[in-house]
Amino acid sequence: MAQIHLKRTSLYVSGASPINMVQAAFYNEDCLVYDLEDSVPISEKDAARLLVYHTVRYHRPADKYVIIRVNGLYSEFIDEDLEAAVRARPNAIRLPKVEHPDEVRRIADQISRIEKDAGIPDGTIELWCNIESYLGLINAYEIATADPRVVAMALGAEDFTASMKARRTKDGLEIFYARNALLTACRRAGVDAIDAVFSDINDIEGLKEDTLLARNLGFDGKTCVHPRQIDVVNAFFTPSAKEIRQALRILEAVEEGKRQKKGAVTLDGSMIDKPIELRALTTLAQARAAGIPIEGGPNHG
Amino acid sequence: MQSIQPAVAGTLESGDIQVSIYPNPGQDLEIQLQSIVRSQFGEAILATTKEVLKEFGLTQAVVSLVDKGALDWVIRSRVQAACCRATQSQFTWKDED
Repeated sequence: MAQIHLKRTSLYVSGASPINMVQAAFYNEDCLVYDLEDSVPISEKDAARLLVYHTVRYHRPADKYVIIRVNGLYSEFIDEDLEAAVRARPNAIRLPKVEHPDEVRRIADQISRIEKDAGIPDGTIELWCNIESYLGLINAYEIATADPRVVAMALGAEDFTASMKARRTKDGLEIFYARNALLTACRRAGVDAIDAVFSDINDIEGLKEDTLLARNLGFDGKTCVHPRQIDVVNAFFTPSAKEIRQALRILEAVEEGKRQKKGAVTLDGSMIDKPIELRALTTLAQARAAGIPIEGGPNHG
Repeated sequence: MQSIQPAVAGTLESGDIQVSIYPNPGQDLEIQLQSIVRSQFGEAILATTKEVLKEFGLTQAVVSLVDKGALDWVIRSRVQAACCRATQSQFTWKDED
């Protein structure tokens, strides 16, 4: 069974700030994104790259899914960023502004070469693709399936709306289609869907409304730009008692099927396949992460 | 001894260290340290700095360190960045284990 990595919250922290990088490990985010891109001034790219490398390689928080966001795929920094990021051994590398599947394949090939050079098993490092333009959205499914390393796609709403000549609003009507289209591509490809940032860090009520919508649409998590957003977002991605009970029933049926050496398992007349089992495990992991005691279920995740 | 130019890396923010390197032709390596934790960690800061300078082969330079409580890997990163800038070279990525 694949390891469960919760992705309710992914917090960006600037690779230019040592103090923020140290502090970020102590919040409740599931995923910690050390950023080399937008939050780092051009003049500090080299220094940030070294700082992020040493932090992730030797002092990464053990209880978090660690990601490094590299600079643009056509920027002068990308080759050096990949050298540092792969050798730092994060769980994933987050690619900004992906628009074509060929871009993913090119980066995946580079990662494979560096993994081999560094003695890292091929395919270890996963990819998150940020979809931040109409072109990326149109090609979202092809991007998600371009390479097995891709495990998640995230919507970048600010750049997306700019590419559409739309105006960014708090209620987010202008990204409603993009959210659904990205989700559809993610579900079809079997990768996780991460919702866009809610930029106003002082508007907690607005964040709640935005996160409620994202959860109801089906997103697996949301990107955060400030620590104060983390607990709010985590709360919305905590499963209900009914969802937990159903997850326990699914996993019990799977266990019973194994005991009886059945090839196929059903519950309430429906087949339980691997994605359903994985989703049930994720539900229980989300519940445990929220401090909800789980009794009677298999201790997965 | 390779030629170097003046270079700075890091900031004066809390948890960071500012590393400045200046050419010191014909003279030995000179390291100046200001730190809010000098009495507790001064030797460790200097040891990390000397180790990185040695890796870069910098022997004739004045190195100024203004430390604001940086952790060891932050110090190492900042000295490496300053050395790359001073020698106008790219960092050589290799697996260290």
